[in-house]
Amino acid sequence: MKYKAKPLPPVEPPDLRVVGKPLRRVDALGKAVGSTVYAGDFSMPNMLHGKVFRSSQPSARIKRLDVSKARELPGVICVLTAKDLPDAKLVTDMPGQTGQKRRAGTDAPVLASEVIRYRGEPIALVAAERLDIAEQALERIEIEYDTLPGVYDPLEAMKPGAPVVYEPDNIVATWKIRKGDVQAGMAMADMIIENTFSVPFVDHAYLEPEAGVAWMDDQNVIHIRVCTQVVEHFRSIARALGVPQNKIHIQGTLLGGGFGGKEDITVEIFLALLAKHTRRPVRLAYSREESIMAHSKRHPFIITHHTGVKRNGRITAAEIEMISDAGAYPYLSPYVLLYATVTACGPYRVEHLKVDSTSVATNNPFTSAFRGFGAAQACVAYEQQMDEIAKALDMDPLDVRRANYLSTGDRNATGQQMKSAVWLEETATRALEALGEKTSECGLIKVGQGFASYMQSYGRITWFHDTSRAWVGLELDGTAVIRCGVPDLGGGQVNTLCQIASEVLGVPLENFIIYSTDSALTPLAGTTTATRQLYMSGSAVHQAASEIRRVLLEYAQLHFEQDIENLELADGKVYVKSDPENLLPLSELTKMCAAEGLPLSNLALFKAPFTDPIDPETGQGDIFPDFTFGAHAVEVAVDTETGEITLLKSVGCHDVGRAINPIAVEGQIQGGSAQGLGYALMEEVQVVEGVIQTPSLSEYLIPTSRDLPTTKAIILESGTGLGPFGAKGIGEPSLTPAAPAVANAVTNALGVRIKDLPLTPEKVLAAIEEAKNA
Amino acid sequence: MQPKMITLTVNGRKHQVAFSPDETLLNALRQLNYTDVKNGCEKGDCGACAVLLNGKAVNSCLVLACQADGSEILTNAGLGTMDNPHPIQEAFADAGAAQCGYCTPGMIISAKALLDQNPHPSEEEIREAISGNLCRCTGYAQIITAIQIAAERMAASALADSGQGGKQ
Repeated sequence: MKYKAKPLPPVEPPDLRVVGKPLRRVDALGKAVGSTVYAGDFSMPNMLHGKVFRSSQPSARIKRLDVSKARELPGVICVLTAKDLPDAKLVTDMPGQTGQKRRAGTDAPVLASEVIRYRGEPIALVAAERLDIAEQALERIEIEYDTLPGVYDPLEAMKPGAPVVYEPDNIVATWKIRKGDVQAGMAMADMIIENTFSVPFVDHAYLEPEAGVAWMDDQNVIHIRVCTQVVEHFRSIARALGVPQNKIHIQGTLLGGGFGGKEDITVEIFLALLAKHTRRPVRLAYSREESIMAHSKRHPFIITHHTGVKRNGRITAAEIEMISDAGAYPYLSPYVLLYATVTACGPYRVEHLKVDSTSVATNNPFTSAFRGFGAAQACVAYEQQMDEIAKALDMDPLDVRRANYLSTGDRNATGQQMKSAVWLEETATRALEALGEKTSECGLIKVGQGFASYMQSYGRITWFHDTSRAWVGLELDGTAVIRCGVPDLGGGQVNTLCQIASEVLGVPLENFIIYSTDSALTPLAGTTTATRQLYMSGSAVHQAASEIRRVLLEYAQLHFEQDIENLELADGKVYVKSDPENLLPLSELTKMCAAEGLPLSNLALFKAPFTDPIDPETGQGDIFPDFTFGAHAVEVAVDTETGEITLLKSVGCHDVGRAINPIAVEGQIQGGSAQGLGYALMEEVQVVEGVIQTPSLSEYLIPTSRDLPTTKAIILESGTGLGPFGAKGIGEPSLTPAAPAVANAVTNALGVRIKDLPLTPEKVLAAIEEAKNA
Repeated sequence: MQPKMITLTVNGRKHQVAFSPDETLLNALRQLNYTDVKNGCEKGDCGACAVLLNGKAVNSCLVLACQADGSEILTNAGLGTMDNPHPIQEAFADAGAAQCGYCTPGMIISAKALLDQNPHPSEEEIREAISGNLCRCTGYAQIITAIQIAAERMAASALADSGQGGKQ
């Protein structure tokens, strides 16, 4: 065996009863029997059906818009255009996320009034008695465009004289890192290695297209039942409608997947507007085609690395340039770019570092959040670059990384000190060991192995001053309730909270009920994004449950006449550790506490570390609460005749800090890496002159059960994370290293590198041809 | 188009309803409140709307409601309930096979169609059987495990029912 697992430092085994157990998730059976009700499943009495009229042009001026024939159609109740909603903007900034990088005046209009900046931009809304009438109404809307010159390539868009998507120029955001002295660092190098890598537009392709229903009540509150990652959007919706914030109520549902695509507002404002104007319940549900046209995409990036290295593999300096295509409106582009910038050089010690990154407006589909959020794109580049360094130095790829891996106590690109465990070599060697010996080659089939290491933040940027709230309470029969605004995307967010509270309170998991994702009735927990919910809301729940635990044990102390240390709360009872028969069921203890007027509920507020923004000139400063580290390794077979790549083996190894539910963690590693493997091999939203060429799941291909081997998930638990019980986060990190691992394996098989994802058969054959001719 | 009266028997319940000749079975079922039949693409790409039509798994978005006139239809919700889940549903819950759960009803229908024909499928046969059902959350591994667990449990329970493992 070429690679052996690096021994782990000794870790004290935790004494836990519920946390760490592979329990059935509280939401699992409802989903399995088909009882779970999703956003598109609701209907209401007297309900109307909404539709959106969208631009067929990517860059144009509206010359004439006439909706009168649509309004006249029997059964049409309401047609809205920009004239009906003066100045309504879709503001994507979150409270606390005041984007000093976001330029004024670039928020997307809710409905376009004059200029069209991308194909599919909303222009009018219709509400009708029946869906087919709403569809007919769209056909009766008359529109004429004056087409405008568009710009569809970020490099072109940066040039002087390029069409300007919005004034004054196409630069949406820039970031830079200036650390050490790059010139001096390059002078110390024995060799400088330069490569440019690129990644495409990608669609989230969650199985559930965007949907919802909205209605207005007798207090003039607009209720919106919708699948969203962010119930706090009620504030932006209120702003767009010009109503007070307390007049918008989001009732989130369990999501049929999100992955960042339901992080921005989707159907909410349209629903709210139609409900307000008709004063009737309205349903709006996107078809798959409309979903692909209407929601954000993962940013394409072009990333160039110049790396100075010593002969022993040590990096002396790095200079990195990044360009991302923001599409027609900025949305979260500045922050996606920041995540990429911060992780541009990967989990490596680079004392002399210069990074310049730019996000550029085009008339392409707009781009925003997608699992990995820029850090995934950065990893595709830096991990291919590490393999190219190894090749140039004729070193083993692991040895090159070993010479540069960050350790606890080291500082990253922004100068932030790594405080938790940094198990880079531990995870990489385990992934490689599990991959095993290379499968033997056969004829025209070449086999290759490759891996990638990564670092990815969990929790939001610390200058956003992130908070989460959770309420935990005991009922008098010993059952428990959690109220927490967390949206569950399918990753098991609500179950995790129940397992944490169950551990703390000794209430069995099946005796929990959780109310979640409601902007008015559950304490606001913040977004289910940025791999933050386990860390943030898990900590809030832990805090609230711990306070109730203290009340229970302080009372039990008097009852049993025992010190608290001698008492245990578990399995629905409190008992004396040395004499487990000496017990009180929680149902009795809670009644006794209630009779004494003791509080059996608690609302906790958890705060992440708060920092000032990083220095805009140097990019230096603390920026994230902490990071997750890990590795992914794969083996591929490449058919050199057809160019087809088959994944033979796949292993993900991550230090998750603490696996609250190991089945859920394994599911994240397998599911996240599946998206990364698809990113490497097949996924691309093809866009030509602003027009999506892959408008449905017939053309936009995601992996099926026959495209992927089972990813072996190796879960390490350093217990050093900032989350409850030492947990880190794994939602986004699971995806990040998979694509570059594939790229490295394919290069290992072919001896030549394809620097542009996805690695399609056409590109493989072209690369083989080019290598022959070279 | 003039609506046509048809008869659909869904999860054992008979419906006599009028649908337009161009209405898909997917939309018909959802209008009859069988909302466990999920709409993912309406083109037969994703499998979220799969149902058993006279025992055979089909994408209900590719069948017209009128074509199903007189048919027996079984949706995932007809297989079992919260109180009395089908072994496949139980295995999906145990194995973590449902993350967001949106593909799950169609996935379980494909699994049921497979196990009805082949009670002891290999991993390859399972992969083949669910290859028309897209899942974006799991990478399929825990779904395959769930189907394997269900097959084992159903075989064990069949053995017990046949008397070889039980008292009778």
